[in-house]
Amino acid sequence: MAIELKMPALSPTMEEGTLAKWLVKEGDEVSSGDILAEIETDKATMEFEAVDEGVISKIIIAEGTDGVAVGAVIAEMTGEDEEEGASPVPSPAPEASPKPEPEPSPEITESAAAPPVSRADDPAVPEGTSMTSITVREALRDAMAEEMRTDDSVFVMGEEVAEYQGAYKVTQGLLDEFGSKRVIDTPITEHGFAGIGAGAAMGGLKPIVEFMTFNFAMQAIDQIINSAAKTNYMSGGQMRCPIVFRGPNGAASRVGAQHSQNYGPWYAGVPGLIVMAPYDAADAKGLLKAAIRCPDPVVFLENELLYGRSFEIPDLDDYVLPIGKARIMREGADVTIVSYSIGVGLALEAADTLAGEGIDAEVIDLRTLRPLDTETVLQSLAKTNRLVVAEEGWPTCSIASEIIAVCMEEGFDDLDAPVARVTNEDVPLPYAANLEKAALIDSDRIIAAAKKACYR
Amino acid sequence: MAKSPQKAPSKAKAPAKRPAKRTPKAAPKKAPARKSSRLPVLKTPIYKASKAELMDFYEQMLLIRRFEEKAGQLYGLGLIGGFCHLYIGQEAVVTGLQSAIEPGKDSVITGYRDHGHMLACGIDPNIVMAELTGRASGISKGKGGSMHMFSVDHGFYGGHGIVGAQVSLGTGLAFGHKYKEDGGVCLAYFGDGASNQGQVYESFNMAELWKLPVIFVIENNQYAMGTSVNRSSSEDQLYRRGESFRIPGVQVDGMDVLAVRGAVEEALKYVRAGKGPVLMELKTYRYRGHSMSDPAKYRSRDEVQDVREKSDPIERLKAMLMKQGVKEEDLKALDKKVRKTVLEAADFAEESPEPELSELYTDVLVGQY
Repeated sequence: MAIELKMPALSPTMEEGTLAKWLVKEGDEVSSGDILAEIETDKATMEFEAVDEGVISKIIIAEGTDGVAVGAVIAEMTGEDEEEGASPVPSPAPEASPKPEPEPSPEITESAAAPPVSRADDPAVPEGTSMTSITVREALRDAMAEEMRTDDSVFVMGEEVAEYQGAYKVTQGLLDEFGSKRVIDTPITEHGFAGIGAGAAMGGLKPIVEFMTFNFAMQAIDQIINSAAKTNYMSGGQMRCPIVFRGPNGAASRVGAQHSQNYGPWYAGVPGLIVMAPYDAADAKGLLKAAIRCPDPVVFLENELLYGRSFEIPDLDDYVLPIGKARIMREGADVTIVSYSIGVGLALEAADTLAGEGIDAEVIDLRTLRPLDTETVLQSLAKTNRLVVAEEGWPTCSIASEIIAVCMEEGFDDLDAPVARVTNEDVPLPYAANLEKAALIDSDRIIAAAKKACYR
Repeated sequence: MAKSPQKAPSKAKAPAKRPAKRTPKAAPKKAPARKSSRLPVLKTPIYKASKAELMDFYEQMLLIRRFEEKAGQLYGLGLIGGFCHLYIGQEAVVTGLQSAIEPGKDSVITGYRDHGHMLACGIDPNIVMAELTGRASGISKGKGGSMHMFSVDHGFYGGHGIVGAQVSLGTGLAFGHKYKEDGGVCLAYFGDGASNQGQVYESFNMAELWKLPVIFVIENNQYAMGTSVNRSSSEDQLYRRGESFRIPGVQVDGMDVLAVRGAVEEALKYVRAGKGPVLMELKTYRYRGHSMSDPAKYRSRDEVQDVREKSDPIERLKAMLMKQGVKEEDLKALDKKVRKTVLEAADFAEESPEPELSELYTDVLVGQY
């Protein structure tokens, strides 16, 4: 039986080409790997190799012919194997065939595509629960320690996390309690240890990878995005990567442009990642515990300036918060101020001042940047009809931009004024004290924006 | 010249080593005495295979070759899209290495030239081919493609499209083996091109520092896309690339499945004994272009033909089998069987439906938030 030899495609975009030269003639015996012809396009020349063994019976398209369509029969050969003769496949027709679906292979785990569930509320804090004041730093440490106590597969790795007790002392005491097997000092090699962490997660462990700051994680961003975030999807749900990448993010104090950047918008743009950026100690603890238990990769953005601040935290066993749920920090009726991380403190300050001027501001802490709790934001907008986003970060393609887009798309009819964004200036962060102050968001700017939104 | 820097330390070492041994509870912060400057030398014996094993190797290599030829054909017909990197010529590497490991215990990870590794891991050719054609029955439900395929059940952790990323990830898998104390070893495959990536060395450093059970496998097929090793590597003897991290390296003829198997057995012995990683450089050759759209102008046709004629791993094994009295018709029958398997895979891959549109939104995240 004749095997049809068809014009091959040299690239995904090739539609036609020139059959430049035949290297065989009719009657030639060929075996697999022999070069049959040379094919040319405007970009390249390529050799066309025989796949099957047999005899060239007929050359249909002569050499030197231009504009030969991909898939056109250019020659015929007689195969050695009868069965092989059945091989000619129809021209490119990757349309869904009407044939019944073949038996599902055991490799493929069926994951039911459940409809999105309504987000859970924060755990109830019963009346009379005692409160303790702790720093954000301690809250983060406690979250890790508690999860490490209950799950042996959780470990921490990063620069100076063990013997030095953490560059910012977030991992203080962990080495003493859990030993060097589970609290691991790495060399200064972000790209390498982010990959090692991701690989360990793919192999079934639950790593917490600390970056001394997220500025250094740019060295590792390929592993975070290309390996950790995309693997579950690319594997059809077979291979997970339950890892937490955590560390301080955003501007600190006078550390200059390379050490002062908010990566929230960068990571929040990536499907496959969960991105959190808590403000106070209770959220830091409850969200980090949730992050460690999360079966998906989490980017957990802390803030160096918040580490030392103390907040009240309920004395509850196993305080875990829902992922993707914003928190109304202060209720108000006149204008909504949406923020996250250190910006929440500034928004609360602004709300206090605004209250003195007769403007009742509602403050929302997004807490999770991906997935965004647009529901809470839109509900608040429906109530106040005015919205300001306050973000310690650059304005362009920011979380603020995203919130504004959501308000336009889904809350347009509720808007009584354009949504305003208050962000850092659109420059690398300068070192000089006065310039740094001028570049960073502050509560005065939030107050001004809120007043403007209220036409006051 | 008399004070050769190589000789001086080795002489000074001998006395320095002893006191360190006598005081096991030395001050903990103090660095241990410098190790001998000599790296362990691993043997690279030729494996003595039984006739049945030889036949298995032959069938495995043939399956990979025929599968890849068929993939090339389907690509030419537009049934496979995007990038498609064929493994033809390198079959002995993965066949020799995979035959030595323990399925269910060890793990495997590689780059984007991954079809052969999957077949050698025992993954059903049908679902690999169906992934190449982007169908619902593909191993990644059609959402991964040629470069992104995984089978955790087979200990195959991908299939990674970013050059060098799999080396860090594989070191992480090895970290997991050690952490879980499951006795597993990770085979982390990468090419001569990836061997110039920075994260590879970051991983070498940590793997040796933490004595992780990983074998770094450099499949040196001589060309990183179109750039030859000599044009891209200041040290072109790639097995030496781990030396400054104290990782022993061996160079092996990657066109000889028995040499590959022999060498990896020694490497596995070393790694399983908890001594840390080993670097293996397998000298091999790819007959086809880097990917399907490679016009291969960076090397001559004669060069390719020469390797094919003189060093083809399948022909080499075939000659050996015939010398041992295996009849040509038996080998033909085997070839026929393999072709049938591949043809069935191609038919399956072509006939399977494309994924449902609803699959677009599944598997982005595991949890519901």
